[in-house]
Amino acid sequence: MKHIKTLNTAVLQNTIASGNCGECQTSCQSACKTSCTVANQVCESK
Amino acid sequence: MIHKYKMNNYNIVLDVNSGSIHSVDDITYEILNSYKDVENETIITTLSKKYKKEEIEETIKEIEELESQGLLYSKDKGEEALDKIDRRNPVVKAICLHVAHDCNLKCMYCFAEEGEYGGKRELMTSETARKALDFLIKNSGKRVNLEVDFFGGEPLMNFDVVKDTVEYGKELMKKHNKNFRFTFTTNGVLLNDEVIKYANENMSNLVLSIDGRREVNDKVRKTINGKGSYDLIVPKFKKIAELRNQENYQVRGTFTRKNLDFSKDVLHLADLGFKQVSVEPVVSGEDTDYYLRMEDVPKINEEYEKLAIEMIKRKKEGREFNFFHFLIDLTGGVCMTKRIVGCGAGTEYLSVLPNGDLAPCHQFAGEHTFKMGSIYKGITKKEIRKEFESCNVYSKIECKKCWNKFYCSGGCSANAYQNNGNIKSIYEVGCELQKKRSECAIMLKVDEMVNI
Repeated sequence: MKHIKTLNTAVLQNTIASGNCGECQTSCQSACKTSCTVANQVCESK
Repeated sequence: MIHKYKMNNYNIVLDVNSGSIHSVDDITYEILNSYKDVENETIITTLSKKYKKEEIEETIKEIEELESQGLLYSKDKGEEALDKIDRRNPVVKAICLHVAHDCNLKCMYCFAEEGEYGGKRELMTSETARKALDFLIKNSGKRVNLEVDFFGGEPLMNFDVVKDTVEYGKELMKKHNKNFRFTFTTNGVLLNDEVIKYANENMSNLVLSIDGRREVNDKVRKTINGKGSYDLIVPKFKKIAELRNQENYQVRGTFTRKNLDFSKDVLHLADLGFKQVSVEPVVSGEDTDYYLRMEDVPKINEEYEKLAIEMIKRKKEGREFNFFHFLIDLTGGVCMTKRIVGCGAGTEYLSVLPNGDLAPCHQFAGEHTFKMGSIYKGITKKEIRKEFESCNVYSKIECKKCWNKFYCSGGCSANAYQNNGNIKSIYEVGCELQKKRSECAIMLKVDEMVNI
């Protein structure tokens, strides 16, 4: 495309069906202890 | 829903529901201003004074193509996940073990009130800590990865119990086929070579508390004698970071209204050589002189943006470091369910107090009305658990219509409670800061990817 550069094509809605295993880290444990941040978390689904 | 913004000379468009990110040129940015509100013909007529007709048409085609691929103006299907969330009956997978309600520092802003959480000074016994792990195992269902954070007050004031708990955890891991991830959060005062060696062998992550510049840190993070803690902790933190190969730790600071120029504190920590830095807004009620007000937001957001741009510069110079709140995974990350329910406080994540009582999370440890039960009797106040379980981005009107909901997950319940007396509300100042952090994090990714 000439006018638009798309950086990622992963579609979040698709994870509604595939996700929910619950193995990922508890967001507040990772470092913050004061703010809920999930954006940097990794999916640990096997 | 889309969110578009300009930062660091980039025009950035986020398709909220798919999570797709686009870097666009000026003409696309202008078309998107009215794309969903008016007919294409009107857009062409309006913009033809500035751009060639063919170019406008070509751009519209690109937008339409992305729309058909579900990467622009995609539908919100999050509510479809709610059914799944309602049926999931969450298990406990993480506990915050308050091994010491006591502290050897007197930090001005401490939500734990110098470790006592409004109660008495108390250390957890090994027996209680072991029972807490039993409770976790018993309530963890089929989850393999379990987390235990040693917290306080200052957890190293009860180091023997920490060590005993880890040993017990190792036994349980083998017996129940679980994987414990132990972590601790420390102010550093009691770190020595023995503790550092132990931590590097047994802790999957460490949170090392320091606020940044000496004068900022020492004004608030004081020893019992009233002296600053900076000189005492910095050499130890440097050592621990190096021994962990600059990974799996965070130096973590708090900024308040007293140091709104906190980007200097972040950069100071980076200048000290730390590669994993987190400096975060204070959690406080309105009754203090350091709580963050709405009028402080423009200055704070300016600092975030300044920091993001400086990080790009440093990366080019080979002086890269990570700022926790700017880390973002655009290639996958966690699933929609996780993004909707957030931190799991009160359901998947619980705090265990020194006497074995349970609280929804460490921030609620001092709130007696939130006592949920104990590791001995289990969760006896099921209504508290229910309240947290039903709290998600779709249970808050403001979140539902917010573009940032899948990055902040509805924000922190403790923040909401402290500011509105209700967990199903939002903390507006926090929201504004979270949004800016997401914008900065996405911009950093755009810069990284566009310049490959």
